[in-house]
Amino acid sequence: MDIKIDPIQMHLLEEVSGLHEIPAGAYNIRANGKGIARNSSANIDIIPKDNGTGIDIKIKPGTKHESVHIPVVLSEAGLTEVVYNDFYIGEGADVTIVAGCGIHNGGKKNSQHDGIHRFYIGENARVRYVEKHYGSGEGTGERIMNPQTIVEIGKNGYMEMDTAQIKGVDSTKRLTKAKLAEGATFTVMERLMTHGKQYAESEFEVDLDGDDSGAHIVSRSVAKDSSSQIFISKIHGNAKCSGHSECDAIIVGDAKISAIPEITADCSDASLIHEAAIGKIAGEQIIKLMTLGLTEEEAEEQIINGFLK
Amino acid sequence: MNDADHSGDGGSMLELKNISFTVSDEENRDKEIIKDISLTLEDDKFIAITGPNGGGKSTLAKIIVGIEKPTSGQIIWNGQDITNLSISERADLGISFAFQQPVRFKGITVFDLIKLAAGHQISRSEACEYLSEVGLCARDYVNREVDASLSGGEIKRIEIATILARGTKLSIFDEPEAGIDLWSFQNLIQVFEKMRSDIKGSILIISHQERILRIADEIIVIADGEVLEHEKAEEFLPKLLNDTESKDESCHCWKKGGC
Repeated sequence: MDIKIDPIQMHLLEEVSGLHEIPAGAYNIRANGKGIARNSSANIDIIPKDNGTGIDIKIKPGTKHESVHIPVVLSEAGLTEVVYNDFYIGEGADVTIVAGCGIHNGGKKNSQHDGIHRFYIGENARVRYVEKHYGSGEGTGERIMNPQTIVEIGKNGYMEMDTAQIKGVDSTKRLTKAKLAEGATFTVMERLMTHGKQYAESEFEVDLDGDDSGAHIVSRSVAKDSSSQIFISKIHGNAKCSGHSECDAIIVGDAKISAIPEITADCSDASLIHEAAIGKIAGEQIIKLMTLGLTEEEAEEQIINGFLK
Repeated sequence: MNDADHSGDGGSMLELKNISFTVSDEENRDKEIIKDISLTLEDDKFIAITGPNGGGKSTLAKIIVGIEKPTSGQIIWNGQDITNLSISERADLGISFAFQQPVRFKGITVFDLIKLAAGHQISRSEACEYLSEVGLCARDYVNREVDASLSGGEIKRIEIATILARGTKLSIFDEPEAGIDLWSFQNLIQVFEKMRSDIKGSILIISHQERILRIADEIIVIADGEVLEHEKAEEFLPKLLNDTESKDESCHCWKKGGC
């Protein structure tokens, strides 16, 4: 297949998906609003939607240990797009899905990618979903991403979501919604760092509808300079279920962070916990690392890197 | 005060000259934590600091490390005045400090911490050696985070492992025995003995444990912010033992004018 990827796009691809070359297995690479490479595998079909607004990814029941890569890169300033990707994961499948979006903006106009990912996870299926967001470029135009992840997990299904936005995204509004059937599990590890004047909002809404379903949402974030962040998590326990959300945030400089956890039990057997903590780096952590020979700045960097690892 | 003779030819590694440390309480009254302490610590010595709680032992250690700045006085390290150096600069010169209550970090693994302590790239097996020395089964610990999931005893031993990894000329331990169970207490004594023969530096330990005092070369008693005694261990220990045998066991008199 003849694919043209320029060095900037290649760098973005590496940042968001760790790819150095075209991946094995199923993939779809979208650059500047167009699919530039696509490959289905024996068990995983990637089908473009008729109206060109995204793709359907269909994973056959029982597919084991396969992966799908669907990175998106934008290197043209001023591009705005909304993309719908729908994942249908068959019963008993066990797959890894790697998404991610990288925007390089060297111009004055804003670049924006709103990716809406819907997951329909069959009974007993397991999905590991990895999503990274990254921005670069010296332009004054903003790099904006508003991802939505809408999840429905069938009986005894499992989804693990690992999401990170560490650098370069000026404005983001994330929404993650999940509905869980009996015995289903949803776990999230979110890592977020904002700097400069960036703004990030992350909202979770989880419905624990089935008995023995469980959700575990962990968000770790660092807000530097004069950036601001809002974390909202709403967990509804509608059955005999367990739900836990934890927001741990570090403030550096004059940043602002709000954490708004909400748990609602509509069933007396629901067991729900929320934890939220916001504060500066503990002084004693910096002191300990300084006694190992690190400077104050190095100590701070180590603590933040570890925290977001 | 019955000072040991420090004017001999042994190089003095660390000299505290007239160190005082005063803090203000809530009502803005000055409280003197350390009162004009002068001490000389020689190279290659095992020195134990003991004395009642609240007497200023930990504060003095923190002043040496640079965590607290003395209100007045000078700290001399191998002839160099380090009173105004930062914690990091003193660490680079060769001062290490094991916290009484070790600090926990989310996301930093035991391996990360030992690597930072070593100050250069080390292999996992090197890190594991340090952990084995403090009696931890290395494979179980090297990838664990130094967070709240570790017990008090575990994190205490990891703290000691970081000091071993640094291997500096002066290692200061603030009550290393606190929170460690009896089995590892024996191990702990061996760690200090091995450390001494391997590193050939000085060890300064704040401790209440007679078994630690017994392996020291010198013992310093600090109470009410002052040095009450600074003696060779062989001179000090018999006095302490006679004292506890003849009188009430729990009650050794550590007041300047007598009890």
